[in-house]
Amino acid sequence: MAEAFKFELVSPERLLVSEQVESVVIPGAEGEMTVMAHHAPVMTTIKPGVVTVKNAAGQEERYVVFGGFADIVPAGCTLLAESAVAVGDIDRADLARRLQEAREDAADAKDDQARTKAEQFLSQLTTLEGAILPA
Amino acid sequence: MASLKDLRNRIASVKATQKITKAMQMVAAAKLRRAQEAAEAARPYSERMGAVLANITQAVGGGGDAPALMTGTGKDDVHLLVVCTAERGLCGGFNSQIARFARDHIRKLLAGGKKVKIICVGKKGFDILRRDYAELIIERVDLREVKTLGFVNADAIAKKVIQLFNEGGFDICTLFYSQFKSVISQVPTTQQIIPAGVSSAAAEATDGGNAVYEYEPEPGEILSDLIPRNISVQVFRALLENAAGEMGAKMSAMDNATRNAGDMINKLSITYNRQRQAQITKELIEIISGAEAL
Repeated sequence: MAEAFKFELVSPERLLVSEQVESVVIPGAEGEMTVMAHHAPVMTTIKPGVVTVKNAAGQEERYVVFGGFADIVPAGCTLLAESAVAVGDIDRADLARRLQEAREDAADAKDDQARTKAEQFLSQLTTLEGAILPA
Repeated sequence: MASLKDLRNRIASVKATQKITKAMQMVAAAKLRRAQEAAEAARPYSERMGAVLANITQAVGGGGDAPALMTGTGKDDVHLLVVCTAERGLCGGFNSQIARFARDHIRKLLAGGKKVKIICVGKKGFDILRRDYAELIIERVDLREVKTLGFVNADAIAKKVIQLFNEGGFDICTLFYSQFKSVISQVPTTQQIIPAGVSSAAAEATDGGNAVYEYEPEPGEILSDLIPRNISVQVFRALLENAAGEMGAKMSAMDNATRNAGDMINKLSITYNRQRQAQITKELIEIISGAEAL
């Protein structure tokens, strides 16, 4: 049994999760990572994706986050998400709207740098959609 | 002297008004509770954000790679004021308090030879400031249609501000809102959001300051992602505080109105009864003196 640590998932509107957990999978900007107790201090931005939380009782819960960043210290992990919802409560219309906006952003991008960024975001969203919606 | 019928009508209308103000007070009380809950729920995020920001600022060390949003343009010629007020009136001095506060500030800036631009959030502040500084208002954000204040609303405002900053539209951005102290006390407050001053108190409060962090991606990159987000968070917090303050002010204003209506009804009823009595006495005198004359 792995050691538990404190995990907090916070969105600007509210505190979603604050509990002792065993491990958390975070969609970091440079790749997914699993955080367990006594992790080295890391600060990372996160991309749109699914956060999987395994709590002390061994149950898994999944949350969809749209960007944000994570602050990891040995004693705990805080995830500040721009917006976060439990996978079960995801609003498909909202996701579709975000996708649509991302597409428009990619189409409207003025320079190459902005376009790359927008397209990256779009592909992240598309991956996310594929991951959470049953085909 | 008003007739009995007039008085009766008057009493009925004041009673109707009292019912309305009473209902508004109760609605405000319910909304206040919700607004307070929302403000409370948003607090952890802004606190963590402050801590993380302080932490990362230390890491970057205010070096040359700190983004302009943080260091500012190095000038203070053009000021942008974001004045947040309520969308609706009937909440006592709430809106005029903020507007007056902003106006004093504007006057001082103008006297100092600075240029001022204003973004009005909320209709009431716009209505007040328009009288004196119509030419300075560059934008007006309407939140009338918004039922529950979401982060997206704040984010939209912050994006506008940042875009303007990137275009070189201003040097210093200050947020005006009302801090929610209690139901009866809301304090107009200013907060400078660009350049983002990280309070030294927050920096000291972070115990992780001595930990050696690993950054993914580079600290500078995280910082440039973080600061716009922090601005959104500050705006969001201001809006939430404002919403709670508005409801608090409205509640006490409506409580006063209800009580005043009660006083008025009492006074009117006394006048009404006296006059009725006077009329009865007059009629009696007429009958008696008529009988005596016979």
